[in-house]
Amino acid sequence: MNSVDFTWLIGGPQGSGVDSGANVFSKVCAQMGYQIFGKREFYSNIKGDHSYFVVRASDKKIHSNVNDITLMASFDAETIFRHFNEVSKDGGIIYDSDLDKITTDEVHTLDTYFKERLHKDLESKNKPFTIAGVLEIAKEKGVNLYPVSFREILSNLAEETDNPKLRGLVRMFNVIAVSLSLGLIKMPLDPLLDSIDSIFSKKLQIAEINKQAADYAYNFAKSKFANFQYSLTGIAKQPNTILVQGYYGTSIGKMVSGCRFQSYYPITPASDESVYLESHELLEIQNDRPGSTIVIQTEDEISAMGMMIGASLTGTRASTSTSGPGFALMSEALGWAGINEVPIVITLYQRSGPSTGLPTRHGQDDLLFAVHAGHGDFPKIVYASGDIEESFYDTGRCFNYADVYQIPVIHMMDKFLSSSVVTCKKFDSQKVSIDRGLLLDKIEGEYKRFAFTEDGISPRSRLGLDNGVFWNTGDESDEFGHITEDPQIRIKMMDKRMSRLDLVIRKIPQEEQVVSFGVSDITIISWGSTKGPIIDAISMLKNEGIEIGFLQIKLIHPFPSDYIKSLLKNTKTIIDVEANHSAQLGKIFKQNISREIDYFILKYTGRGMTSTEIFDSLKKIVENKANKREILSHGA
Amino acid sequence: MALKLADYKTEVHNDWCPGCGDFGIVNALQMALAEMGIERDKATIFSGIGCSGKTSHFINTYGIHTLHGRVLTFAQGGKLANPEMTVIAVGGDGDGLGIGAGHFVAAGRRNIDMTYIIFDNGVYGLTKGQASPTLKLGEKTKSLPSPNTNFNVNPIGLAVASGFTFVARGYSYDVRHLKDLIIKAVKHKGLSFLDVLQPCPTYNDINTRDWYAGVDLAQESMERHSRIYKLEDIHFDPIVHYDDETEVNEKLSQALIKSLEWDRKIPIGVFYQNEIVSQYSTRLTDRIPNYLENPPAKQKISENGLPVTDVSEILDSLRI
Repeated sequence: MNSVDFTWLIGGPQGSGVDSGANVFSKVCAQMGYQIFGKREFYSNIKGDHSYFVVRASDKKIHSNVNDITLMASFDAETIFRHFNEVSKDGGIIYDSDLDKITTDEVHTLDTYFKERLHKDLESKNKPFTIAGVLEIAKEKGVNLYPVSFREILSNLAEETDNPKLRGLVRMFNVIAVSLSLGLIKMPLDPLLDSIDSIFSKKLQIAEINKQAADYAYNFAKSKFANFQYSLTGIAKQPNTILVQGYYGTSIGKMVSGCRFQSYYPITPASDESVYLESHELLEIQNDRPGSTIVIQTEDEISAMGMMIGASLTGTRASTSTSGPGFALMSEALGWAGINEVPIVITLYQRSGPSTGLPTRHGQDDLLFAVHAGHGDFPKIVYASGDIEESFYDTGRCFNYADVYQIPVIHMMDKFLSSSVVTCKKFDSQKVSIDRGLLLDKIEGEYKRFAFTEDGISPRSRLGLDNGVFWNTGDESDEFGHITEDPQIRIKMMDKRMSRLDLVIRKIPQEEQVVSFGVSDITIISWGSTKGPIIDAISMLKNEGIEIGFLQIKLIHPFPSDYIKSLLKNTKTIIDVEANHSAQLGKIFKQNISREIDYFILKYTGRGMTSTEIFDSLKKIVENKANKREILSHGA
Repeated sequence: MALKLADYKTEVHNDWCPGCGDFGIVNALQMALAEMGIERDKATIFSGIGCSGKTSHFINTYGIHTLHGRVLTFAQGGKLANPEMTVIAVGGDGDGLGIGAGHFVAAGRRNIDMTYIIFDNGVYGLTKGQASPTLKLGEKTKSLPSPNTNFNVNPIGLAVASGFTFVARGYSYDVRHLKDLIIKAVKHKGLSFLDVLQPCPTYNDINTRDWYAGVDLAQESMERHSRIYKLEDIHFDPIVHYDDETEVNEKLSQALIKSLEWDRKIPIGVFYQNEIVSQYSTRLTDRIPNYLENPPAKQKISENGLPVTDVSEILDSLRI
């Protein structure tokens, strides 16, 4: 049997159901046993601008998208203009034949810059600035075209079902595009109908109409179009597999880890997590009464931070979720949590900065900011997850680090992760441990919140605990928590707090600090969501007989310098892969290890990396043809 | 053993200026706590930044001295996570009505059962006397290089408009009256606000103790009479008695009108009280029935180091 590696793209105006179309497609593929990696791209816009979703399905474990699209399902003109070039030469384009004559100027959401580039390309190939023009280019390349009149489908359907209302139901174009795709690749029909049922489980009538349309379009494609060489007829399902949205890892991770308070202010791409937590606020607890997560939407991120700290002081596991601009507002209170040794977890879903930047696009721009956030010297942990499955377990770790070291923890996530959809192994709660550190349940005798101890960590009371009265202040304080400006106490308190950075490096198991995917002559260092495309790129190179190592650095502050140094001692060439302009991890690496990075592979277009682009750059490096800074740019 | 006033005092050296109005507030707070018999470990004083921010260190309960302008955020988080605790937030007028004004308004909308006391003196004391949000337009206190160019915030009016359900004003030199107001505020079911007029003897040379006492007026009329008067003495009824729009609007309007009195007559006492508006905890229990019995701070999250939260239903729904 041939191996399956199929990439499908659906596009359309925001609000036209691109997302739900992609969710149906992903679900059907997953039901049929394939591994899924999907990613959503969208403008900062509610309705009308172009959004698209790329879903890759394979019979092997995949961790990223690739550049080439095997099948593109479109129902508007803009999708064709923007993506026709990405379809591989034996691939296909399903499109609405009623759009043939549409010119680039008629598509108002095509921006000038893109249009200029497209016109230049069309001019050079002597093609008109129309859908027909770009499709000709695709056809000449070898792409199969599948014209379908979407309106005709609706009117035929209306006639067949004797339901004239269907004629105008353009809202179903997304379902029709998905169904045409599934018919074309010969997927069985039932999972498609099931999946529509589950999406519209509360709107039976709508489900029914959509299923009629799906059935019709599916059979239309299956019978009309026969020359497509790709078919996905299904394979054996992997046991224990779930299909998850990007933010499920940290959300469900928070429930399991015992986070019972989350305060937040709406911001893309972080608020999905909080909304998910609120919609699952009632929790089932083994052998106990029901629990709950209190989710509070605050007036701003400053308040989100203050409320989280207030809640944490009562002994509650508390957190917030935000993105760069919100985190910027939180940094004053972060220092307060630092000086008062308050355990908190900030889930930082990064997007492209600076300022508002590319508000709905990806970026790993905030690493140095996270490491240095807050004024003054205080300890914190910055910990980065590489994929969705990992983020579930890492959330548990972050809460433990916070409690054990009584320290703020910044959990680095990003837009690439939050808007991905993947299949992965079912999250296993039994692999999560809960360690509250020195949190007290009972206090007798005199209590000092910041008592000097051997390892710098003092037993922790909580607001409301009998005999546990303590004080906190943003000023320097004595062991009770009262203000002091005494120089000798200052030295002892600073040393007490800062010493836990060493403790973190000593106590956190090394496999939690850095994950080694092998080390060789050439080794990549990276952090966060680049993990997936890097792993896939490395295995593509391996198929060509080229070995490249990869260290995924998860603990970024404090930086595990000695461990990384020892791992890299035999590596000759170090490559840093990051989705930002200034190679922020590279800076931290050089500062701590005093070793030069040989090559950088960087991307800051706001679009996530594909394994294809990393593969291409790595190959250039191996062949000695690369620039010191390889800058990636794939993606519309 | 019954708690005495002395039990609520700490040994921390108090470094406020001699004659500072803050002393009266801290005394009234300690007296109120003692009179209500609230256990030291069942109350938390949250404070902001500045002279008033130090208050939490002088009171022998849990004391959280937070950030400039942010005291309400910390306090609300604490109260939401542990609703059994008595929570009192304190801070200056610059803290609460300048940098923290957004939190002030948002807190009103939530109506969480706690108390917020503003030490209102018209100046930023600890930074040497700049104009604060309650200083009147055109006034020039002694360390201002030129007269104040901003209109003043009306704390009572803003509280009423923001949804605070108990709004009162006290005077720091009438400690017994202030103590009674604090008790009423703490016992109120919902968010209570107390604006406490508190002369800053060092930087506010306009709204001084003598000014409040009407010494300047006395010179005009040859008869000494205080500017301060008590709303209860004029039989002002601040309470919303029944759930009716006309009743609520009347009580809100009279509070707002009273709040505009200044200059020669300054009312203290309760301006507005409405216990018909739902508390935030009620809004939460509508969704989470056992919120008050099993709040975040009380919940069991693990057993023998393993999680006890059962997410199998969610995971099963994601299963392929």
